[in-house]
Amino acid sequence: MTDDVLIKARDLSVHFPLAGGGLFGEKPVVKAVEGVNLDIAKGSFFGLVGESGSGKTTLGRACLKAAPITRGTVEYSDEDVTYELTSMDKTQEKDYRKRSQLIFQDPYAALSPRMTVRDIIAEPLEVMGLTSSREETDERVREIAAKCRLNLEHLRRFPHAFSGGQRQRISIARALVSRPHFVVADESVAALDVSIQADVLNLLKEIQTEMGLTFLFISHDLSVVAHVCDHVAVMYLGRLVETAPTRELFAAPRHPYTKALLSAIPSLDPDDPKVAQKLEGEIPSPTNPPPGCKFQTRCPFATDICRKDEPKLEHSSTGHEVACHHWQDLLD
Amino acid sequence: MTRLLDVNNLTLQFDTDEGRITAVDDVSFTLEAGEVMGLVGESGSGKSVTAKSIMKLNASNAHYGEKTDIKLHLEDGTIDVMSLKTNKELQVVRGGAISLIFQEPMASFAPAITIGDQMVEQLMIHTDMNAKRAKEVSIEMLDRVGISDAGTRFKQYAFELSGGMRQRAMIAMALSTKPKLLIADEPTTALDVTIQAQVIDLMKDLVKDFGMGIIFITHDLGVIAQTADKVAVMYLGRLIEQGAVRDVIRNPAHPYTKGLIDALPSLDDLDTPLTPIPGDIPSPLERPTGCVFNTRCSANLGEVCSTKVPTFSAVTEGHNVACHLYNGEGAK
Repeated sequence: MTDDVLIKARDLSVHFPLAGGGLFGEKPVVKAVEGVNLDIAKGSFFGLVGESGSGKTTLGRACLKAAPITRGTVEYSDEDVTYELTSMDKTQEKDYRKRSQLIFQDPYAALSPRMTVRDIIAEPLEVMGLTSSREETDERVREIAAKCRLNLEHLRRFPHAFSGGQRQRISIARALVSRPHFVVADESVAALDVSIQADVLNLLKEIQTEMGLTFLFISHDLSVVAHVCDHVAVMYLGRLVETAPTRELFAAPRHPYTKALLSAIPSLDPDDPKVAQKLEGEIPSPTNPPPGCKFQTRCPFATDICRKDEPKLEHSSTGHEVACHHWQDLLD
Repeated sequence: MTRLLDVNNLTLQFDTDEGRITAVDDVSFTLEAGEVMGLVGESGSGKSVTAKSIMKLNASNAHYGEKTDIKLHLEDGTIDVMSLKTNKELQVVRGGAISLIFQEPMASFAPAITIGDQMVEQLMIHTDMNAKRAKEVSIEMLDRVGISDAGTRFKQYAFELSGGMRQRAMIAMALSTKPKLLIADEPTTALDVTIQAQVIDLMKDLVKDFGMGIIFITHDLGVIAQTADKVAVMYLGRLIEQGAVRDVIRNPAHPYTKGLIDALPSLDDLDTPLTPIPGDIPSPLERPTGCVFNTRCSANLGEVCSTKVPTFSAVTEGHNVACHLYNGEGAK
């Protein structure tokens, strides 16, 4: 892994206006992502975790220019090109679509039931005009299908003939056939059974190493992230609250929210004495976030400063950043 | 402990366009009052239809096997569930002595009727309370499951509540009739981990207070380890292993149970690569002969596994497994 940065987001914000609002008052907005600074290193498997409503999907989509960026910048730079996502022209945008791809959560909804698997995988090539002949297209399809452990017999069939795990492998093949540099996998294993989830995770990891891809892996499942990612960012209510190399984050979480998330995972040991704290309440609505630190309403350590000032991400050790006023007081 | 439920030789088939499929195949288990049984299996293993059979809640294309025998032992006598025919008779088990909590709390409440009206309605159907008393009991229950400001929530609609709160309201509703048996079908799967931890704690408390039996259906072995007293593992409609939770999770005997546990990403060990179970679950239309797991089993013994259905043999006292690896020794 090099230290080169593939995706560099600065003060990235995505706001969605809501319908309604007073005649003279301001229209209410949902601040789905607010002031996020994010560096995704080339060739890394970057994990993004958070509960539902934390804005992780929106952040992932903003990095693909699939969500409207309200404020801030996202810079993409690989060996050949550098793009500033907010000011790309049409040709650049078209080119960026080839360089970045998205793998969806639900393999049952993501594949057209009327197309054969071969056509599903070949479609991006044809749409983007990446191949000049049918033979070439077939060649590319067969190559990526083999990587995703699909055989030639599979390519002739329709998606309904496949199980969840196989369908997800088809989705992966479709996303990777255009040889992207950057792939966002949004909850790509959440809909799968555990025995198959492990298989798909191993496949993603294998392909990433082989093709030198950069992954943004979005998940709510911390144990999955712990196993595949090398760097993790934790989101809460549109903000990054902590980011660190995976091992560091799981061995020494700094933010009270990360600690609570980790302690909430049910242990496989029935006699595990759960000492860690349980969180009260639920994630506040993003239309009406609390002032100060967004986590203060559920945080057991919140004080006056947390209710007034919003904490910034601070450097705590190599590559480890945390946004909490009290992280130093909470060191064990 | 007193016996609450006997399920013997439950077999269930469905008529579909593609033919008759076997969803549950000769399943037997028992449950004591105050005991929590975890029913584990992947999608398509038949765990939900097994539980629904206890209330005869399966769709009209369902055919129960002739030897199927389900007996519910209540203080004032034993009910033979299979002999119940009319809706009036079935009310005893549907919402009376047995309550059911569904996975998706949004889909289980009627959207156009307030939470309170729905709670009162079922209390008036299943108990002899009048409307006033039913309202008091309902608000009391909402309060008991940790919903603050229960009086206001009582008058609200399901969409006004957050996911975690809806699931609490669902639990309050299911428990207000004081059922002897609670069937919880993936009650925490749709929830975030921090909310899941709250709901698990709540359910543990309630079992202690009410002393009812619970059948807890889930695919998450971590949740089972933290809640259940005993576990039954299902695969393709068959029960393949059952025993006390500590025995099954610490010393899984069936290759499938072992595979499930190995496939789980564990937070304690980030170095061991994840081990998937090879292959996919076969379609219910192509059920393997012999042991249903033989097509994916790493310990396949050959002919005996693909021709002969394994019977249960004891690994230790109370820990039983249906596998030919143990049948040989058991026979001696």
